[in-house]
Amino acid sequence: MKNEVLIDVRHLTHMFQLTKKIKVRAVDDVSFQIYKGEIFGLVGESGSGKSTVARCLMDIYQPTKGEIWYKDVNVCDKKEARKNKKMLQTRRQMIFQDSASSLNQKMQVADIITEPLKIQHITPIRGSLRKEAAFQMEYVGLDESFLDRYPSELSGGQRQRVAIARSLSMEPEFLVADEPIASLDVSIQAQIVNLFRHLQEEHGFTFLFIAHDLAMVEYLCDRVGVMYQGRLVELADTEELFANPVHPYTQTLLSAIPVPDPIRERKRVLRTFDGEGLENSEWTEITPGHFALLSHTGSGKGVQP
Amino acid sequence: MPLFRTIRKRTEMEQLLEVKNLSVSIDSPAGEVQAVRDVSFSLKKGEVLAIVGESGCGKSMLCKSIMKLLPPSARIKNGSISVCGQDITCSREKEMQTLRGKVFSMIFQDPLTALNPTIKIGKQIAEAVLVHHKTYTRDEVYQKVLELMELVGISHPKERYHQYPWQFSGGMRQRCVMAIALAADPDILFADEPTTALDVTIQAQILDLLREIQRKLGTATILVSHDLGVVARVADRVAVMYAGKIVEIGTAEEVYYDPRHPYTWGLMKSLPAFAKGKESLYTIPGMPPTLIHPPKGDAYASRNEYALNIDYEEMPPMFQITDTHYAATWLLDPRAPQIETPTGGRKL
Repeated sequence: MKNEVLIDVRHLTHMFQLTKKIKVRAVDDVSFQIYKGEIFGLVGESGSGKSTVARCLMDIYQPTKGEIWYKDVNVCDKKEARKNKKMLQTRRQMIFQDSASSLNQKMQVADIITEPLKIQHITPIRGSLRKEAAFQMEYVGLDESFLDRYPSELSGGQRQRVAIARSLSMEPEFLVADEPIASLDVSIQAQIVNLFRHLQEEHGFTFLFIAHDLAMVEYLCDRVGVMYQGRLVELADTEELFANPVHPYTQTLLSAIPVPDPIRERKRVLRTFDGEGLENSEWTEITPGHFALLSHTGSGKGVQP
Repeated sequence: MPLFRTIRKRTEMEQLLEVKNLSVSIDSPAGEVQAVRDVSFSLKKGEVLAIVGESGCGKSMLCKSIMKLLPPSARIKNGSISVCGQDITCSREKEMQTLRGKVFSMIFQDPLTALNPTIKIGKQIAEAVLVHHKTYTRDEVYQKVLELMELVGISHPKERYHQYPWQFSGGMRQRCVMAIALAADPDILFADEPTTALDVTIQAQILDLLREIQRKLGTATILVSHDLGVVARVADRVAVMYAGKIVEIGTAEEVYYDPRHPYTWGLMKSLPAFAKGKESLYTIPGMPPTLIHPPKGDAYASRNEYALNIDYEEMPPMFQITDTHYAATWLLDPRAPQIETPTGGRKL
């Protein structure tokens, strides 16, 4: 099961046109694969292009260069994408960062959850739309009494659950979660992360989990990719990445994880990374499944092959 | 500014800030919301006090009520706030205005909304400088702004002076907000979740900056956060708030290595650092109580697996553990059953 590729991203590049002459390379030659049934984490600082990758995967942005394959469909090919439009739009779903602004304030929870069904003209399996909504609510751990409420009456964690329930109502295979826990309290974060874990283990969903909180990523994800200024600088299994980070930027990120221990925390030295040697570097496989962008000119800092 | 002068003089000798039995209520259509309930603490000069708790537990309300920035529907019901021995509980708005900025100043959560997008950064900092130093000439103001920008670690201040907020990254914007807050050299700095909008590497930098400023200027800081992990790096003392009350307060070492309140245990256990190799993360069951009709006994009792019968009946008093460490839980009563601390905290 582990080796079945669900998403294959090949040399993805996305540029934003700022003015007639200036272009910004938000994503620069990124390639990775997501296997079926795994949680793939994408980390990096803000502005590193994580969200752009996610939006390209969801067809919100059309990539400038490169290909994205979903199973055996080339999503970037317009003709092929149109042919498989319904499959692509139901099988892949996205959960946004800020649930306060991604849920319609004027709709009740039950309508929010079943709106995708109406749009796609899908007959609810469980009889009525309301029953469907109630089922999804229970699935994410919310009481049926919330069905007639408005998003503004819910707390942050509850709203995020509604957003998850909405994306689950299409029974997707692949979920993109773009910083789903960044705006929540620590104890609520734990609830949402547990829910993701449950969905993956019990129901076999595949996730792309975008975050900047490395402690949560370490706990939740199976494989992690690290992005820096639009480039993927390291990709490995979570355990491997946290045990032997190779790229200096990954080391910087790992050194910044806060530890709930005042004495160790005060002694902790922060590393910095200024993007040195990023220009002429190559994507190399260090150990099986562990890739990093290493400069082939110098010896490379902290490289242990 | 006579009030301000007397306050400056006394700074060296006494507690900088003392809050006693403070209760703040907000009138809402549904009833009276008891946002802060009977909170007492003190702050010494040059100390960093972290206030930790879930959203809606009254952390921000506490800061705002000390600065008297409460909405019109809120009022201080009980208790006293004194700054350097001077009672400011009943001070008028005009007196408060002389204190804000000079005695206490605030850094807000979201640096994007705290800055005006249409005004150059330098000008926004200069505005704060001018308000507090009315006699400064244009040149002096310019020099002071550059000095402030350097203090908060903005490189090339001369060029950056003429840039707009959108040309700055999130971390840089937060530094600008800090420069504005430090314009009048305050004694107490309130930082209301200064790093929630920022990512990990920048977050650590901003926290280090807070610490550095506190060392350089001797500013006492009240740091509000929901994450115990973030706070560990900078806090001297930690106060844990729940449902409008401080449930545990002590030095950082005491709270992290020897927490006594079940809510602190819950907060600690829900951090992923303590869940390595475990099947699921610990979550605190249930929801925080509404503050419109807070429960009769311990507000945490219904979510607490160690709750005793008395927790539902009577509010626990603050039990003293050491000179600096206090916790409000009946588990510390000599008659209570002995429970081994289930914290994942690393003991020394």
